[in-house]
Amino acid sequence: MGDSRTKGPPTDAAFAVEVKDLRVTYGKLLAVANVSFTAAAGEVLAILGPNGAGKTSTVETLEGYRRPSSGSVRVLGLDPLADHNSLVRRMGVMLQQGGLYPMMNAKRAARLFASYYDKPRDGRELIGLLGLADVATTPFKRLSGGEQRRLALALALLGRPEVVFLDEPTAGVDPAGRLAVRSVIAAARDEGACVVLTSHELDEVERLADKIVIISGGEVIAAGAPQQIAEGTSQVRFSAPPELDVTGLSARLGAPVREGPAGEYLVGATLSPELLASLTAWLAERGAALGNLRAGHERLEDVFLRLVGERDRTA
Amino acid sequence: MRALRAQIVAEMTMTLQRGETLLVTIGIPAFLLVFFSEVHVLPTGARRPIDFLAPGILALAVMSTAMVSLGIATGFERSYGVLKRLGATPLGRQRLLCAKIVSVVAVEVVQVVVLVSLAYGLGWRPHASAGLAAAAELLATIAFAGIGLAMAGSFRAETNLALSNGLYIVLLLIGGVVFPITRLGSFAIIARALPAAALSRALQTSLGGAGSSGAVPVECWIVLALWAVAAPALAAATFRWE
Repeated sequence: MGDSRTKGPPTDAAFAVEVKDLRVTYGKLLAVANVSFTAAAGEVLAILGPNGAGKTSTVETLEGYRRPSSGSVRVLGLDPLADHNSLVRRMGVMLQQGGLYPMMNAKRAARLFASYYDKPRDGRELIGLLGLADVATTPFKRLSGGEQRRLALALALLGRPEVVFLDEPTAGVDPAGRLAVRSVIAAARDEGACVVLTSHELDEVERLADKIVIISGGEVIAAGAPQQIAEGTSQVRFSAPPELDVTGLSARLGAPVREGPAGEYLVGATLSPELLASLTAWLAERGAALGNLRAGHERLEDVFLRLVGERDRTA
Repeated sequence: MRALRAQIVAEMTMTLQRGETLLVTIGIPAFLLVFFSEVHVLPTGARRPIDFLAPGILALAVMSTAMVSLGIATGFERSYGVLKRLGATPLGRQRLLCAKIVSVVAVEVVQVVVLVSLAYGLGWRPHASAGLAAAAELLATIAFAGIGLAMAGSFRAETNLALSNGLYIVLLLIGGVVFPITRLGSFAIIARALPAAALSRALQTSLGGAGSSGAVPVECWIVLALWAVAAPALAAATFRWE
């Protein structure tokens, strides 16, 4: 743990966060094999990956909780371990769970955490923005899971961090709460903070992230802006009766077809008049009604599942 | 200073909010003091039970606060991720420990006031060598806090809870708190090497009633000093923050 009396050196790093050839091991267990990425100020970077992919190990190394086995990490140009005392004054952290005294309520927690920083934000305002005003005097342990996440987010942002690490910020948060979380994170980004988050809520990530890094098996398998990652993944989606002969349809359309949830079909092709004509004709021959036709890029969730699946097959 | 002040207030408030802490730090010592003063079953020989009990119960109070209460609370803070989260704030390890120490000392002051008042009401008239007693309490506080933190930093919160309470009972029985060490038979050899017995004897001799010389045996100082060095060193070497 750090000591706030130590003033941090002024840093003029090109990137707020820089990870280069990171490798993290726990004894014989390889948690992170080879991860590199960067994130700039005023950017939201989302780190995605299945359970055990190495996301948390990577983020905890950036937060200064872990020592890299090899490679390097820099946050605001500083070494998270060697410069920990300086960094903690400029960094916000939201753990995956817990992190607060069970008996402490939001109001007291905000007051306590504000005392750690030189120029904290107004805790009451943050609590209000995150929809916690009505439960501000409820002990942390009596808050719902979603309320606990929102309080943890408020505390992470209280010190006006230049870089903030958020582990699963929307897990268990209700739709209204998610809206508030998105809004507060976007505001932090707009004020120039670099936000690094991990999440399994891919719809949220798609809405929030400027950049995405997908990790699987301790390695980066895709990185870039959400549009970049989904580029070249044009697809047509439609609804129809379940259990259609997707092999036959695929042969007719000359493109891969798969049934997602029952009655929801995906065609891996760009929507063209020819494709539409072939599709409607094939369905008409079988007396199947066509519904909810949409065209566009593959959703992040589909890209994620495809890339992780491909990686698992080749590993 | 603002962070330290706020952390001290938070630690004290949480201590007061924990009913189990109040029970173990004030309730149990006070009950034992009254019970064994009124029910004459202890082998205290010619001495009045209160003359033997009062210093022993003060020793028990130090153990309750510095080892059991601090250790259990810290163990749960570790398991809830509080220590890990605080590690990523500018609070700093030193200020966190300082706040905990101030909180422990404040509780001990309250304990002394309550228990001494109670003992006085039960007829205890100490010939006080307050300086020696305070020095022994300080060394014992450091030693017991080291033991509590060493356990809190090594075991799961629930395991730590069970071990702390178990150790509390053992030290209550063989720490010279309610049974004189001279009556412990073969346990006496082990007891003499423990900080609980060393503190009990130190308090009994420095605060004891009629018949006490007031001089604390050198052996007690040595035992307390060794534990005050070894236990915090062990805690520092083995403590895991998460």
